[in-house]
Amino acid sequence: MTAPTDQQLIDFVIRETRLIDQHRFEEWLDLFAEDGFYWMPLEWGQTDPRLTTSLMYEDKLLLKIRVERLKGNRTFSQKPKSRCHHVLQTPQVDSRNEATNEYVTWTPMHYVETRLDQQDLYAAWATHTLAVVDGALKIKLKRVDIVNCDAAFGNIQLFM
Amino acid sequence: MARYRGNLEAIKGLVRETEVHRDVYIDEEVFQLEMEHVFANTWAYVGHDSQVAKPGDYYGTTIGTQPILMVRHTDNTVKVLHNRCPHKGTRITTESCGNTGKFFRCPYHAWSFKTDGSLLAIPLKKGYENTGVEQSHAGRGMSPVKHVHNYRGFVFAKLNDVGPGFEEFFGDSLSSFDNMVDRSPAGRLEVAGGVLRYMHNCNWKMLVENQTDTCHPMVAHESSAGTAIEVWKNAPPGAKKPMAVEIYAPFMAPYEFFENMGIRVWPNGHGHTGVHHSIHSDYSAVPGYFEKMAAAHGEERAKAILDENRHNTVYFPNIMIKGPIQLVRVFKPIAANKTLVESWTFRLVDAPDMLLERTLMYNRLINAPTSVVGHDDLEMYERAQEGLHVDANQWVNLQRLYDPSEVPDTTAVTNGTTEWQMRNQFRAWSKFMTMSM
Repeated sequence: MTAPTDQQLIDFVIRETRLIDQHRFEEWLDLFAEDGFYWMPLEWGQTDPRLTTSLMYEDKLLLKIRVERLKGNRTFSQKPKSRCHHVLQTPQVDSRNEATNEYVTWTPMHYVETRLDQQDLYAAWATHTLAVVDGALKIKLKRVDIVNCDAAFGNIQLFM
Repeated sequence: MARYRGNLEAIKGLVRETEVHRDVYIDEEVFQLEMEHVFANTWAYVGHDSQVAKPGDYYGTTIGTQPILMVRHTDNTVKVLHNRCPHKGTRITTESCGNTGKFFRCPYHAWSFKTDGSLLAIPLKKGYENTGVEQSHAGRGMSPVKHVHNYRGFVFAKLNDVGPGFEEFFGDSLSSFDNMVDRSPAGRLEVAGGVLRYMHNCNWKMLVENQTDTCHPMVAHESSAGTAIEVWKNAPPGAKKPMAVEIYAPFMAPYEFFENMGIRVWPNGHGHTGVHHSIHSDYSAVPGYFEKMAAAHGEERAKAILDENRHNTVYFPNIMIKGPIQLVRVFKPIAANKTLVESWTFRLVDAPDMLLERTLMYNRLINAPTSVVGHDDLEMYERAQEGLHVDANQWVNLQRLYDPSEVPDTTAVTNGTTEWQMRNQFRAWSKFMTMSM
């Protein structure tokens, strides 16, 4: 792949959440570029992940710790395991820049996370910044803005 | 039927020397009495004065379950007021924080109040002529909280007249606040980064006890910190240990590490872990920071400040601070089985940004609703909240390293895995709970 089509970008984003919903977390992690980040801001319209707190701002190492932890024999908050479910609007391609190898999509979504009798619904927008690395699309940044990002939440254990 | 209200003996019977009855965690009546007594007779944390930097700045919060607000008055002092219009009860603050200018104006009927709460004006005032409104509750304006103390920027308030004065209540325990503030080359902190809010379905005291529970990290956090260590083992040889691994790894330190760190207890339920060292002791130095500290304090004093690495300091009843990383956690009671945890972070004025960056990373890795360490802990609290309904055993044990000659309400330094501080909290709980009964 040199320059992805819009449809390829859209398919990528849809497949990404499918991997989460199906608990295929290793395959999901492989979608991130080596220097990729997953960012979930705490503030409405947040611009700085470094000197403003976020719910999550994690590089691939931290994401790998999460993925390994979910499988752990002594991960008691995952006994029993959480499940999740994404409903996406069709991703919109916001910008494509072949010269800088940067493609940005925007995807409104509803996310449900469940464990035992508890079910929590979140509404959010996912912004994917993608790049072609060694012929395949990779995530440079997945930013998830929850509508009520500054509300007091209980546990959010999986990935939006 | 009331089992505890008006029954002093029943309240006293809840706390024994080395165990407490489960009703202190699960009973709504005990919870209500805590709000009326424990949270009213002690000095509760309100906020930091940098949240109300300019006259007219306000911030709405709670003491126990009582809505209050903190405001910078026109004379530049910080006032604490009960957050309701004296007229019909409407909450005065329109947002959780903001600037109200020279006065508060109730959005319902436009009664207005100076920022010390006194009544400024009522529209169509003639309707109250000869009614005696001046003598009514409404005519006296917004009720101020009388007992307010600003300690190096940290604002505390006591709702009741009974109970000790500020200095008597805190005593030497203020040294933990001192160390946190002294870490700024300018001797000043500012709230920074935004507050993490995390809802817990458990009693507020479970969180407070957890702060000096040094026998849980290597067990409950094996899933998160242990995994972090395992994953990092696969890093290429010679790779620089990232800040995140420096933060996670000490949670897996062995029992000896926690035994040797020591615990200090103070009167009135305060105490701290990490007398000699802590999980924050071995963080990498931040370039340029020591030079600024030495310039401000002198090299020897700067070294003494930075060598003090207290772990968690609990201030009774419901906050914990971490001096070395400028973090304050407030365990806000909502119901017997519901607690809002707020984790606030601070900038050391005139220190390099990287210190704030590390503090914020710590906060989101450990204290966020999305934090794996938080997930480990909350799972345990919620299991306890459920398990305490077992009738066959109705007591929670606090006996580790108990010595029958243990002196209550004293200052002492002891083994870092003791539950003395938990016993200390419950002795204070009994004292302040029954003080105004």
